Amino acid sequence: MSKHPVRILIAKPGLDGHDRGAKVIARMLRDAGMEVIYTGLRQTPEMIAEAALQEDVDLVGLSILSGAHTSLVPRIREKMNECGLEAIPLLLGGIIPQDDYESMQAYGVASIFGPGTRADAIVSEIETIVSKSKQ
Amino acid sequence: MVAQLTRSLLEGDRPALARALTRIENHDERAREIIASIFPATGNARIIGITGAPGTGKSTLVNEWVKVIRAEGEPVAILAIDPSSPITGGAIMGDRVRMQEHAGDAGVYIRSMASRGKLGGLANATRDAIRVLDAAGFPYILLETVGTGQSEVDVAQLAHTTIVVEAPGLGDEVQAIKAGLLEIADIVVLNKADRPGAAQTLRSLQQMLALGSSRMEADGITHHTGDHGVNMTAEKKPGDAAVWIPPIIQTVAREGDGVEELWQLVKSHIEYLQVANHMVDWNRRQLAQELKERLENQWLERFRWHMNGQAFQQQVDRLAEGSIDPFTAVDELLNHTLAEVLESSTALTGTHKGGGAR
Repeated sequence: MSKHPVRILIAKPGLDGHDRGAKVIARMLRDAGMEVIYTGLRQTPEMIAEAALQEDVDLVGLSILSGAHTSLVPRIREKMNECGLEAIPLLLGGIIPQDDYESMQAYGVASIFGPGTRADAIVSEIETIVSKSKQ
Repeated sequence: MVAQLTRSLLEGDRPALARALTRIENHDERAREIIASIFPATGNARIIGITGAPGTGKSTLVNEWVKVIRAEGEPVAILAIDPSSPITGGAIMGDRVRMQEHAGDAGVYIRSMASRGKLGGLANATRDAIRVLDAAGFPYILLETVGTGQSEVDVAQLAHTTIVVEAPGLGDEVQAIKAGLLEIADIVVLNKADRPGAAQTLRSLQQMLALGSSRMEADGITHHTGDHGVNMTAEKKPGDAAVWIPPIIQTVAREGDGVEELWQLVKSHIEYLQVANHMVDWNRRQLAQELKERLENQWLERFRWHMNGQAFQQQVDRLAEGSIDPFTAVDELLNHTLAEVLESSTALTGTHKGGGAR
């Protein structure tokens, strides 16, 4: 198969209105040659699952700063699974306490990027995840 | 596997549709098979192109418009093209940000597509992506181009109805009388018509379009004209339906103002195409153009295989020595390559990698 750009959905679920981080990430991934579908603020789990389905993305990146990840991530996973997207990995960015890392993995969160993560580390992590999930 | 995928696709299965579009976009080896098997099921959708400069409000207009179409109960697909970075190949596609009101509506399918190096406002795979959406049973497909400048007019080749969206304050009268976008419009939308300067922009657009239509009447030419060489002009014969003169409509998409009227105009344009065989002509023209493009690409691909060979290097050497001029060099190479291509075409396929059909 010919090599093609990674397609990734970047969404900001929940109610907090700070999307600068998500935009910086989107820009960074674009500069790494990826195709980023940016959906903006206040996405419901249903909206995220539906967008991931229609856009046929390789993975879904979520930016969550509000601490609501423990309720949002399970619901997003559930809606995605209902759409047949069990195999699509999630990425988390934002403020996620270390203690929650393990429980998040159970919902198919392949990686968590906290504040201060280097751009090249995020890019190479994503490339690794995508090449693994395509095998 | 392709058979299963296309069967599900034709039944309207959304995951199958999403996967098929990805295969088409990636020029996957199965893309050709997909198109071959769905081709008989295409040709039913009405394709409406929306183009215009960045920031004129195309996505917002589409969002409001989809509400109007959905109120009538028909499903609608949106194909939104965004530019790929020429440097990295990456893209940010943000059209969904302004189209969120349709989340949860199974009758709306939105797909973002990066241009992937193609100029002209569309992506290489756009034509086939439209076919896939058509086969999936969408009666209306809205094709939103990248924010265009002055020459990105490819959309008119794929859309039955081309809408050019303008907004006040983007340029003076000289911008309006330059060649380009306005020439391909079937309908001109002056969006953000509540903004200062709207009246002046409206006047410029009216003058521009009046000039255009009187010229066409004088020449006896129907609206879709172009220099693409595939019978893009048609003599106006007695008994033909009236020539379509592109109307201007003012909208404030953010408020939904004028969008219903726009939809009625689009419908009357579709009706106009359906009378007097305009649609049949349109389809033939479109297919002729596609065939021409695909032939050109295939020829180019075959020639390219021969382009770096020994004969080519010899000509470079001779050019560098000054013993030949560039025109003669090309003539000689063309004759040489043509002979080689013909030879390889008649030989068993597969002897020349890249020489046969992909």
